[in-house]
Amino acid sequence: MKPIVNALLVATMATLILGGCGKHENASSDNIIKIGSVSPLTGPQAHLGKDNENGARLAVDEINAAGLTLGGKKMHIDLLSEDDQADPKTATIVAQKLVDSGVVGVIGHLNSGSTIPASTIYHAAGIPQISPSATAIAYTAQGYNTAFRVMTNDEQQGHVLGQYAVNKLGAKKIAVIDDRTAYGQGLADEFVKAAEAAGAEIVAREYTTDRSTDFMAILTSIKSKSPDLIFFAGMDPQAAPMARQMRQLGLKTQLLGGDGMQTPEFIKLAGADAEGAIASNPGLTLDSMPGGKDFKEKFTQRFGPIQNYAPYAYDAVYVMVEAMKRADSAKPAKYLPELSKTDYQGVTGKIRFDSKGDVSGGAVTLYQVKNGAWHPLETVFSGK
Amino acid sequence: MDIFVQQLINGLVLGSVYALVALGYTMVYGILELINFAHGEVTMVGAMVALSVISALVGSGVELPGIVIALLGLLAAIPACMALGFTIERLAYRPLRNAPRLAPLITAIGVSIVLQNLAMLIWGRQYITFPPILPQGRHQLLGATITDIQMVILATSVVLMLGLILLVKRTRLGRAMRATAQSPQIAGLMGVNANTVISLTFIMGSGLAAVAGVMVSAYYGLAHYYMGFLLGLKAFSAAVLGGIGNIGGAVLGGLLLGVIESLGAGYIGDLTGGFLGSNYQDVFAFFVLILVLLFRPSGLLGERVGERA
Repeated sequence: MKPIVNALLVATMATLILGGCGKHENASSDNIIKIGSVSPLTGPQAHLGKDNENGARLAVDEINAAGLTLGGKKMHIDLLSEDDQADPKTATIVAQKLVDSGVVGVIGHLNSGSTIPASTIYHAAGIPQISPSATAIAYTAQGYNTAFRVMTNDEQQGHVLGQYAVNKLGAKKIAVIDDRTAYGQGLADEFVKAAEAAGAEIVAREYTTDRSTDFMAILTSIKSKSPDLIFFAGMDPQAAPMARQMRQLGLKTQLLGGDGMQTPEFIKLAGADAEGAIASNPGLTLDSMPGGKDFKEKFTQRFGPIQNYAPYAYDAVYVMVEAMKRADSAKPAKYLPELSKTDYQGVTGKIRFDSKGDVSGGAVTLYQVKNGAWHPLETVFSGK
Repeated sequence: MDIFVQQLINGLVLGSVYALVALGYTMVYGILELINFAHGEVTMVGAMVALSVISALVGSGVELPGIVIALLGLLAAIPACMALGFTIERLAYRPLRNAPRLAPLITAIGVSIVLQNLAMLIWGRQYITFPPILPQGRHQLLGATITDIQMVILATSVVLMLGLILLVKRTRLGRAMRATAQSPQIAGLMGVNANTVISLTFIMGSGLAAVAGVMVSAYYGLAHYYMGFLLGLKAFSAAVLGGIGNIGGAVLGGLLLGVIESLGAGYIGDLTGGFLGSNYQDVFAFFVLILVLLFRPSGLLGERVGERA
């Protein structure tokens, strides 16, 4: 009995594998364009990662529905979504996997820490990469002609935040906490530079990780130095319990953060303790984005509320496909030169790249939590 | 001084949660010499189940005091986790009872991954909020602040730990557990049903994990399908620090690890003149762990035992 069962099993599996292969072969003839999307789909930032994937998927589905013709052939875009767990090591593995499976472009990754090591692999393979949300300066400073981003970098954001803290909020003694990721560290460094230049004193520089939930120890230590502002450079899963623990310790200091904290999730998690917190986000407010309202409607209807970077992932796909259209080819070598010439009106604003691949111009908007929602305070334009 | 007291309170609260979870590791190890890596996930499931019940109750608009709602959540989480612990042992470990020791270790890691992903499918990738239903009072103690939730965590942990120690030292079941730990075969000959004892051990450990999970989510105000991983790792380290297999050791190890982490994060920057920062918090804790293990390989309270024949 057993051998027969085994034989059957093998036969079934073989059919499945071969069948699967055959089907794939047919489909992956030259009218399929494979585009990769990478973000953390598991782990503490999974909600943000799925948001990016959904943004990219919305764009891909729209383009497919509208029909895309390149080189006289009708093309179909396949979005290959990978999970990098927000981990630099995993990021290089999935990057290699995408390169091996023949993608012609990548939308991602989400985190600066995983985008930077992955960009080396895409560059070696000559595959263009547009990150919707990696803001660390180091990403585009490597001199790779394949690395682009559609979001303002941390140099600008940190600068605006530092000046805002000192000039507008009147902070003189500032405590800084970062999550030791490429993003948190970079943003905190830029913030410190700008705040010190504006005349503030950094009384404490504390650190945590992107997986922590307990900040009582570092907050207690900060409390003993009685700063008048706490700046946190990191993501919402840390920012929310931090706001809560500040209240538990009776710390009434103003909390200021970057784009990782400026999410609906932050308010949901911190509840009443989120009240009064201020955070920035590169770009305009979603409602003042040229296509923001329309995008919000389409996205919310299909996937639920926008977490953070979905509009940027959406625009990144369009920017990439527009470059393919201009080159009339999906071959990386052909459309890469067109990509750097991008001049596209996206939902997040006008997208043009400078020589490094950074989006040029750029605004930073500051928001404050009032009555359980983020309200824009002001938008700072600091064209570069 | 008040800062020191504050750090001590922070550390003790954190440590008592570690200790509760560590008890689950250490009880199972004591009896089966198996490291149940899925234990952290049981804690997470406890938090998730409790939060589902709490959110449903809050959402339904039932007029109940916050503490009652939280207790109902806890009452749902405990049996759910107990059933889960029982099932894990029955399905994943019992069939491998006589297999080489690596085999159940691998299934333990497997169960942990399965539970994490199941939780992700059931509760989603989002963080789940603990509704603000619990008293939020703050009290002054020797110049430091202690909140209601922190006091509840400390008190509950102490009661549960004392209860468990009494159970193991004083009751018939406890004696059966200790006998099974020494030798399942001989205990069996004396009329102890080893399978029942092992199942009960898993059930008790999982019940404690449920309590720990609910307390953690109430304390930090959130739960997430991933939360069991780090908590499990820390609790496991605490169990090793105290001497794995030793119940008093798990308590001591948990409290010590919490306090060391807290003091480390609070003072390391000032002590080294900013050379090392609070990012060395975990390094510091594990450095102490390594030091202890170098001089006492079986942990602080662990006894040196020969390989079981």
